[in-house]
Amino acid sequence: MEILVCIKQVPGTSKIDVDPITGVLKRDGVDSKMNPYDLFALETALRLKEQHGGTIKVISMGPPQAKDVIREAYMMGVDEGALVSDRKFAGADVLATSYTISQGVRQLGSFDLILCGKQTTDGDTAQVGPEMAEYLGIPHIANVLNIIEVNDTSILVEMDMANTIEVAEINFPCLLTVEKDIFQPRLPSYKRKLSTKDREIKIISFKDFEDQNEHRYGLAGSPTQVERIFPPSANTDRETWTGTPEELSSQIVNKLRQFKFV
Amino acid sequence: MSKLICHQENLDESKIQELVAICPFGALEANNGTLEVTAGCKMCKLCVKKGPKGVMEFIEDAVPSVDKSLWKGIAVYVDHIEGEIHPVTLELIGKARELASVVNFPVYCIFIGCNIKDKAQELLHYGVDEVFVYDYEELKHFRIEPYTAAFADFIQKVKPSSLLVGATTIGRSLAPRVAARFRTGLTADCTTLEMKENTDLVQIRPAFGGNIMAQIICPNTRPQMATVRYKVMTAPEKQDEPSGKVTLCDLDPAKLASGINVLKVTRKEIEENISDAEVIIAVGRALKSEKDLKMIEELAQLLGAQIAGTRPLVEAGWLNAKRQIGLSGRTVKPKLIITLGISGAVQFTAGMNGSDQIFAINKDPQASIFNIAHYGIIGDIYEIVPQLIENLKRSETLACAR
Repeated sequence: MEILVCIKQVPGTSKIDVDPITGVLKRDGVDSKMNPYDLFALETALRLKEQHGGTIKVISMGPPQAKDVIREAYMMGVDEGALVSDRKFAGADVLATSYTISQGVRQLGSFDLILCGKQTTDGDTAQVGPEMAEYLGIPHIANVLNIIEVNDTSILVEMDMANTIEVAEINFPCLLTVEKDIFQPRLPSYKRKLSTKDREIKIISFKDFEDQNEHRYGLAGSPTQVERIFPPSANTDRETWTGTPEELSSQIVNKLRQFKFV
Repeated sequence: MSKLICHQENLDESKIQELVAICPFGALEANNGTLEVTAGCKMCKLCVKKGPKGVMEFIEDAVPSVDKSLWKGIAVYVDHIEGEIHPVTLELIGKARELASVVNFPVYCIFIGCNIKDKAQELLHYGVDEVFVYDYEELKHFRIEPYTAAFADFIQKVKPSSLLVGATTIGRSLAPRVAARFRTGLTADCTTLEMKENTDLVQIRPAFGGNIMAQIICPNTRPQMATVRYKVMTAPEKQDEPSGKVTLCDLDPAKLASGINVLKVTRKEIEENISDAEVIIAVGRALKSEKDLKMIEELAQLLGAQIAGTRPLVEAGWLNAKRQIGLSGRTVKPKLIITLGISGAVQFTAGMNGSDQIFAINKDPQASIFNIAHYGIIGDIYEIVPQLIENLKRSETLACAR
């Protein structure tokens, strides 16, 4: 089985502030890590390979530093990796990102199964998986809780539908986004770190793509525009109470009584 | 194509340092006295606006824009499972009516399913002008290709200016697929929506996973799409008399084909759902050990509240993931929420700041939770909560004695 896993490098911390005067974003530290939800997609791929054979590739998009997450995937047991990277992709929103990655996927070969994590911790949109599936012209299922069975032409999965759990069979090729905890991700292995340290990471840039229309990438290919960023508004109707625990708790009870909660 | 240019000739060492420091994404790199823009650039243009004059320049190409006058109306996707309409749908109808009134647009619903014609009538009690129904056996279960096809058919026929979709399991899977097909923008999990006179939809959401809000527009493409979580908007009152009409739509049978076959649907056991709770006690990292949850449970019982919490508590395994409030958890809008030892990162507050009354107890007076709390109580939860439990018990006994 040919499996592709989509991974992303995200900031190591979500602590970010905006300077109220200059409007400049201040990110604390430059640490980055693999999007934690992607580890579940990687683990799913590794288990499928153990049972059914085949190869696992990973694809990521980002600046050259994002190679680090591909190295990490190698340490977990992934066979090949590619990074889609080009200044032309700068300023891409969800749509342009999805389109760019789908063009990159076409350069990597054909796949039976594409796996994504449920969302990223920096964007939190959960949109890239479904949008890529659309551009690749394949069906997708999101919120996959469990993989029940795999055969030559399809895969049987269990999906979370809020009030129900559905069992569905989906034909290859297809894309799945997997839930956190579908499988416990393994740790990167030091032995593999040594054995894969010289393994190539393919770089795919704009010139490699089939679609050479520059207007579909980066800022130009992004229908959404950020008009402004601002710190969340503080509620002005507020009171701050200080005092001893006794004073404070009777104040709370009085207020709750006033609102008829007690 | 729009691009960012660096006028290297106007650079000196101090300007390079300044620019490297300005870029929040680390996408400007010093390289032997020159400055390089790397693929990490997000085109935020801060280097142009805030950097030294004459170094960074943004050259913008005119972008072809759609004729906005051809796209009219605000459409709401009717979220449902086997005809059971999710309440987020009504909340979105309420918001759609507000937005529509600014530009004098009609409000539409698009309802895709099987045997749903009667259910469509119900929606006419909430101020919808027209409900477009795609009713086919093949649409009984949510399967991505036929649902996308029906949605796309609706967009082509009706040309709605804006589309609102609930950020439910189905909405989060369907909306991006539709957006990609029309190469248009989709903003996930909007917390505020406003309408401009020129029919551009102003979409506000928390961004970068941190303490920042982003105001987003989609000025050159139509339809404009947004997903909104349950309990963020307010549902309108049900009207006794229905208004508007239901229109049945045909779909080419070839478009109903799918590579997905739903074999079994199991109803989950009905469990407490924090999204429906009227009173919530939310706990954060100040909780020192799992056994201290006992004290929280006692308080919750006295107030008839459900217990919820922040991501770290869920990750520690102390709380079920279904009890997590925030961007990666649930959104709640209870009548009362009491947060205990929660600092108040946007990740969390985005999931609860619509609550009617917010009480926050935290010992750090600088905690950002106090920016959104209506009643900020500065103190240690280990001192206040036991006292509060005692007070509540006493007032209960008093009430019984009366």
